[in-house]
Amino acid sequence: MSLLPWIPHLTFAGALLSLAAGTRSATAARVTALGTALVGMVLVAIGAVNFAPTSGLQTLVDVPWIQEMGIRYHLAVDGISLTLVVLTSLAAVAGILFSWTVEERVGEFFAFYLLLIGGVYGVFLSADVFLLFVFYEIAIVPKYFLIAGWGSTRREYGAMKLVLYSFAGSSLVLAGVLWTYGAGGADGFSLSALAEAATRLSHIETVVVFGLVFFGFATLAGLFPLHTWAPTGHVAAPTGASMLLAGVVMKLGAYGCLRVALPLFPDGFTAWQPVLGWLAVAGIVYAGLIALVQNDFKFVIGYSSVSHMGFVMLGLATGERAAVGGAVLQMFSHGVIAGLLFAVVGRMVYERTHTRDLTELQALPLHRLIPGAAGVFVIAGLASMGLPGFSGFPAELKILVGVWRVNVWWTVWAGLGVLVAGAFTLRVMQRAFFGQAGTDAAPVAESSSLAPLSLPEKTGAALLLGSTILIGLKPDLLLDWIMPALQSPAFHFAATKGGP
Amino acid sequence: MNAVPWLSLVVFLPWLGALLLWLWPKAPSGAVWTLSLAFSGSTLILGALALSCFDPSQSGYQFVERVPWIRTLGIDYHLGLDGMSLLLVLLTGIVAPLALIASLRRVARTRMLALLFLLLQGCALGVFLALDFFPWFIFWELSLVPAFFLIKVWGGPGAGRAAYTFVVITLAGSAGLLLAFAAIHGATGTMNFVDLARLRAEGELTLRLAEYGGTVPTLIFLGVLAGLAVKAPLFPFHAWMPPTYAEAPTGVTMFLTGVMSKMGVYGFFRILWPLFPGDLRDHSGPLLLLAMGGAILGALAALRQTDLKRMLAYSSLNHVSYCLVALFAAAGAVRGQIAAVEPALAGALVQAFNHGLSASALFFCVGVLEARGGGARGLNDFGGVRVAAPLLSLLCGVALFSSLGLPGLNGFVGEFLVFRGLFALSPWAAVAGTIALLATALFLLTFWQRVFHGSRSGVTAGAFADLDAGERAVLVPLVVLMVLLGVVPGLITGLINPLVTHWAASLPLS
Repeated sequence: MSLLPWIPHLTFAGALLSLAAGTRSATAARVTALGTALVGMVLVAIGAVNFAPTSGLQTLVDVPWIQEMGIRYHLAVDGISLTLVVLTSLAAVAGILFSWTVEERVGEFFAFYLLLIGGVYGVFLSADVFLLFVFYEIAIVPKYFLIAGWGSTRREYGAMKLVLYSFAGSSLVLAGVLWTYGAGGADGFSLSALAEAATRLSHIETVVVFGLVFFGFATLAGLFPLHTWAPTGHVAAPTGASMLLAGVVMKLGAYGCLRVALPLFPDGFTAWQPVLGWLAVAGIVYAGLIALVQNDFKFVIGYSSVSHMGFVMLGLATGERAAVGGAVLQMFSHGVIAGLLFAVVGRMVYERTHTRDLTELQALPLHRLIPGAAGVFVIAGLASMGLPGFSGFPAELKILVGVWRVNVWWTVWAGLGVLVAGAFTLRVMQRAFFGQAGTDAAPVAESSSLAPLSLPEKTGAALLLGSTILIGLKPDLLLDWIMPALQSPAFHFAATKGGP
Repeated sequence: MNAVPWLSLVVFLPWLGALLLWLWPKAPSGAVWTLSLAFSGSTLILGALALSCFDPSQSGYQFVERVPWIRTLGIDYHLGLDGMSLLLVLLTGIVAPLALIASLRRVARTRMLALLFLLLQGCALGVFLALDFFPWFIFWELSLVPAFFLIKVWGGPGAGRAAYTFVVITLAGSAGLLLAFAAIHGATGTMNFVDLARLRAEGELTLRLAEYGGTVPTLIFLGVLAGLAVKAPLFPFHAWMPPTYAEAPTGVTMFLTGVMSKMGVYGFFRILWPLFPGDLRDHSGPLLLLAMGGAILGALAALRQTDLKRMLAYSSLNHVSYCLVALFAAAGAVRGQIAAVEPALAGALVQAFNHGLSASALFFCVGVLEARGGGARGLNDFGGVRVAAPLLSLLCGVALFSSLGLPGLNGFVGEFLVFRGLFALSPWAAVAGTIALLATALFLLTFWQRVFHGSRSGVTAGAFADLDAGERAVLVPLVVLMVLLGVVPGLITGLINPLVTHWAASLPLS
């Protein structure tokens, strides 16, 4: 009996415990939160070791919930959800380590944090669309409180914008799902029941409903031009929260597209495909170019997240098995790398220098002052540029293999995106860490004794860097889960395009 | 499969040295010197060992290591050595330790520099030995990282900008390579150079790529071409080169020009020649024009420079272009010209090797002058060095004349072979090339005359020391090799002849 179905509940329990512990001492709350995340990670690891890749979802629990509507409490796992569950467990632990210095209302902070994590686990494990939706909403609400309560730059604005976009997106999804349920006459909300009901929709209906569900989810994935919540939200959020936003929350959207929108409405997908592909490449290039001219360190990383999620959406938009597999791998890869980049900006640099302005950072020789942070950022930056040897490379390679088969021009634009990603990463690396010192003596003197990296920071960085390098050198570890899962009949939209 | 993974040792020993240096943050300067030179020198020792066990009569790969790596993508860890790889491993083994000595002299923070340098050396060796795109591309891309920091941190005042330009332009080329190999992988399921060459020989590769339809196969070819052309560089992709070579510290420039520019030339032979012979032939006219443009304009631009380092940078463009001229001329050969193909290809490889020796020696000489001149390295900042520093003048003179192609020195061998092939393959290119040779002679002689002859003026007017022991240790081996290989060129041509014959035989003639 796998312990995976208990993970969301365990995390929710941990949230309550942290809240309680927070009334006694901040340290107690931190330790409780870390303990919860670590137990979750261990359970995920046990589940992963015992996982035998198959082509379909493996049911973990399936009991009736709301019988009148045929809603079931149905948790299941396949290679795709397991990959993302592993990512969530990594991001959860790392995020807590990088939030170690939160001092205000620590118990509440970690309660919201773990509530979000529990919701994310739940989404990745749900096989009933209604249940998935419930978990999805549970993950959205804490984001508002995390950002509004503990955030920085224009935090009310960022929090409100993010939550409004999220709710707008999820109401589109809900409308689409209910339409299918009603018009198609489904006997429940399970993926298979809805898929069957979707076949009874007229062609026009399918096209419209696919649009609702796909764009609803894609909002959260940061698909251009629905991405604008992402940079402002990331920038406003406290470090741990921006790590989760970029690391796992954006994946919720992409996962929803892959798990719900594409399998349920393959005909709708075919109709929308050209639009989706072009939006994805537009996002890759546009966000990359914006990142190239930002002067706020965190905005650069925020836009780079949008650009990299564009690769995920491009992989999905090809509807080609290799590329879809690459998209899932890219979700994992981006989750790890973006989390790390936000940790460097928010925790390692901002908390020490109290500035994210690249012009001001340029005046500081940060590579001398905090060599550890510079080292971590250089390696994470290389990973983010998609250099081979890191997890982003096999992911982008698989996506590009698929894109070639579908549309040559998307390939060319995506190639341009790879180049732009290299340019902005290099630019920000140079400005932030290797600026010329001594042009303005005052700030140098003031900050000449910055604290070296603390143990939680080192541990968190090692965890995430280790993951991206491990998967970069041995992508089979995840691809052996992902690719069989895509053989499932549910993903037959991805099987139609041939090729060797 | 051998009992000892010799080639892995060649690649990873420098990285092991880098790792040791990383783990030893408090290493005293003496230990840094010993450790880094030992690991850098390992390449030459292992290379010599490989040379003694190498069977030069074969054209295939030797000491092959191949183990499955990423099953789902059909990727192997695959290393192998043929005559060309061996030649370049030996070149790396010779140039790298000398460049390292040149780098470590007169700098602070030697440990970090040595660490990055060893990383870079390992990357270059990996490029010369990897036979699967995935590991090859790891080495190819990763080499940018240490190069970037070596240029930026230890370079001149404009180094930050130069390093950025260098990396971004190179990344643009790499994006082309990546896209092209994604397409190849999509069509064939493999990215292994050996397997792909076999598929190409069977005609299968062309058919599979043609399934993409339209102009896509040509785009794929151009993608690979772009990646390699930037690195070599092929005119007009050379814009990054003069500022990078000029701003990088002397030892790093030695390595960049001596070894890294050969990575591009190597790629042309390892990837484009066996995989895209048809496209190379179809585009050989314009490509030859570009390469010739690089040779001529490189020489003319060098004539116009007053900064000695920039002059040598353009001279490198000029010399490396001859390798590419020979390659493109050979690729466009038609029936009846086949006899000329072999000398052209052999000439290209020999020229690559010789340029590695002479260019790194010349950049070192300029570094010596620059150190004496307190940073001045203009053509007119010196005069009469011949009197002030006779040994420097002798050694630098040999390097200059080798670079110029004087018979009896190594530079002559490559150029002779290239032109012997070229006259039969493309007479107009040979004529134009001869004019370029004249321009080469002109700027090298200008260098010689202004700096070494005349009365002692400028920097040279004051006290001007001749080479010290460390400088002799760098320059003497290079110059001795130039003379030796000029007199006994068979030492290197013997290694590559079977390979060249094999390449010539695989040419699709029209």
